Amino acid sequence: MNKSVMIVGVGGQGTLLASRILGAALLNSGFTVKLSEVHGMSQRGGSVVTYVKYGEEIASPIIEKGEADIILAFEQLEAARWLEYMKPDGQVIVNTQKIDPMSVVIGDAVYPDGVIEAIEATGAKVLAFDALPIANEAGSSKAVNVVLIGAMAKYTDIPKETWIDAVKECVPAKFLNLNLKAFELGYNC
Amino acid sequence: MKKLLLGNEAVARGLYEAGVKVVSSYPGTPSTEVTEVAAKYDEIYCEWAPNEKVAMEVAYGAAVAGARSFCAMKHVGLNVAADPLFTASYTGINGGLVILVADDPGMHSSQNEQDSRHYAMASKLLMLEPSDSDECLKFAKIAYDLSERFDAPVILRETTRIAHSRSVAELSDRVELPDKEYVKNPQKYVMAPANAKIKHVVVEKRIADQTAFAEKEAVDLGINRVEYNDRKIGVIAAGVCYDYAKEALGSRASYLKLGCVYPLPVNLIKDFAAQCETVYVLEELDDFIETHCLKNGIKVIGKEKFSLIGEYSQSLIAKVILGEEKPTLKADIDIPVRPPVLCAGCPHRGLYYALKKAGVETVTGDIGCYTLGASKPIGMMDTCLCMGASISSLHGRNKANPAKANKSVAVIGDSTFIHSGVTGLINIAYNKSNSVSIILDNSITGMTGHQQNPTTGYTIKGDPTSAVNLEKLACAVGIPEGNVFVCDPYDLKQSEETIKSALACEGPAVVISRRPCALLKYVKHNPPLKVDREKCRSCKMCMKIGCPAISIKDGKAEIDATQCLGCNVCSQLCSFGAIE
Repeated sequence: MNKSVMIVGVGGQGTLLASRILGAALLNSGFTVKLSEVHGMSQRGGSVVTYVKYGEEIASPIIEKGEADIILAFEQLEAARWLEYMKPDGQVIVNTQKIDPMSVVIGDAVYPDGVIEAIEATGAKVLAFDALPIANEAGSSKAVNVVLIGAMAKYTDIPKETWIDAVKECVPAKFLNLNLKAFELGYNC
Repeated sequence: MKKLLLGNEAVARGLYEAGVKVVSSYPGTPSTEVTEVAAKYDEIYCEWAPNEKVAMEVAYGAAVAGARSFCAMKHVGLNVAADPLFTASYTGINGGLVILVADDPGMHSSQNEQDSRHYAMASKLLMLEPSDSDECLKFAKIAYDLSERFDAPVILRETTRIAHSRSVAELSDRVELPDKEYVKNPQKYVMAPANAKIKHVVVEKRIADQTAFAEKEAVDLGINRVEYNDRKIGVIAAGVCYDYAKEALGSRASYLKLGCVYPLPVNLIKDFAAQCETVYVLEELDDFIETHCLKNGIKVIGKEKFSLIGEYSQSLIAKVILGEEKPTLKADIDIPVRPPVLCAGCPHRGLYYALKKAGVETVTGDIGCYTLGASKPIGMMDTCLCMGASISSLHGRNKANPAKANKSVAVIGDSTFIHSGVTGLINIAYNKSNSVSIILDNSITGMTGHQQNPTTGYTIKGDPTSAVNLEKLACAVGIPEGNVFVCDPYDLKQSEETIKSALACEGPAVVISRRPCALLKYVKHNPPLKVDREKCRSCKMCMKIGCPAISIKDGKAEIDATQCLGCNVCSQLCSFGAIE
């Protein structure tokens, strides 16, 4: 059975490291994996998305509307933006951080209230929490991505040990303890 | 060994394994990583060239000398390199030459959606198109064998989804090849009319031979492949469209997967089509394969049901062919768009503000991060066409409307200026233009992700080298010495005065707005700025520069300390000294 995960956020939030850890965990579990990301323009504060698909045989590298099993959102508006891409019985994991798009900053648009509630109102399963204080507790605000990966890990069929090995594989040695702590804290969210 | 590789990394690995010795490219999304990864192999000489034309000529020179060589570019880069491409098809090569072109359907980071397959047909060169990373690696290697066998460059085509997707590729060792001997042969390598007339005959014969290759041998090699399942639906596809079709239709359809997209086989397609009830050609962008089918009397469905515009997907194919759609959820809120913006601390921001203050009315723009200056709230760009056009089109504009010349400027980045802005500047000096060209020198090629260029003083491998002196270059092409200015875009007043001085000049002028990209590792930042809420009068002056670190919270300006790099551009705008 093929599974799909979308990692969405705002350029500069560290979504790429998260997708790398996920990719490593999946490969080490013996799955066939395809990962797709768009570089260039979208890196500069724009909406960013990484598609991760795994299973026995994966054809298309992208995820389309109604196909994702999990949406891992680094920012709440982005969770709402990409919600259509999730299966109706999928799982949203969302960091409640808010980042104003430029259209909001300059007053052309409004950052909507009640984003999480609007996602929940669709009937979607939602785990929403603020990953920033948890990352700070682990030792750095930059560990938000690993906290989120930790939170997602328990919604997959991959053993925890495999995840921890993947974190070890992907983060620099000098930040390893911090990131392992961040993963653990996220896992227990 | 198997490894999860980006399509572009897999191409680079293929070059390594094929024994490639020389790589020369100009960066361009989505092709850039091929050359960056190739540069990590000590066995490959690798460089960034000033533009794609130079890159292709370097690679061509190395190939004629007898070494396997390579160059990569995005689709619009091939327009720049089209001149050597067409005639390299006539001369042929010696050591193998492979040219990678990466198309960008959906325009994730491009200014048009051109279909580079037409270049293969127009230049009469064989083109391969892989469907995943493993094929990226394999096709890159096969391309060298075909290039040497047919004595012609081979084009490798990717689209964004193949270039920037990771999938597993099978790695093997590098084959060290002796260089082919170079033998003087002006009839082959000097394309004067008398020789070219003879070579054109060779080219036509070659394309016939390559068509025969596509019919039979390409199938034996697994490049072109027939997969029969249910025969009610037949699909002819290449590249990522094959992946989309497989996912959408699975065993409900049969497939003719074309790895060789030019020249296209005739009988292979005819035989496949004869076996299937309804045959679809699934191809993004133009009706390239479809036209070939129709020309050869093969009945297929293509653009009558599918678009010429944008990307395809498995869901589009399922919807059109099967009438199936997946259920979705939609949050009942208005979601504002989130386009990319100039980064916090970006030096371009201050320069754009200074242009506004200096009374500039028209800005001809160019390709790079600074193109984002066209968006609100900066809104300081009138045109953006192609690499280098800012300077040359400003000249045309000023010749047409000289009265507005002192209110008009061109803006162009350092790398883009070297790529093809310098020739426009020579034209300005030569043809006595009263034009002001502003070079936004941020000491790097920014938009494509920080590549070195001839102005930075470093090679692709990070070794120190000579750097173009932009001031001296401007003088050397004929800009009067007194008309060449330098300003620091973090200093708004100085930048504004400099621009005014340049606009007031007799004859052409150049302003070099110099400040390294804030994201460069060696750039030291000031501590983040803070807003004194007591002093803030909510005038929103600081919001006019579109800095992503500044927002309004509870009626007053607020600076996000995690984003702010302390560039002090906003503090210069605050009349109340509230930002410090």
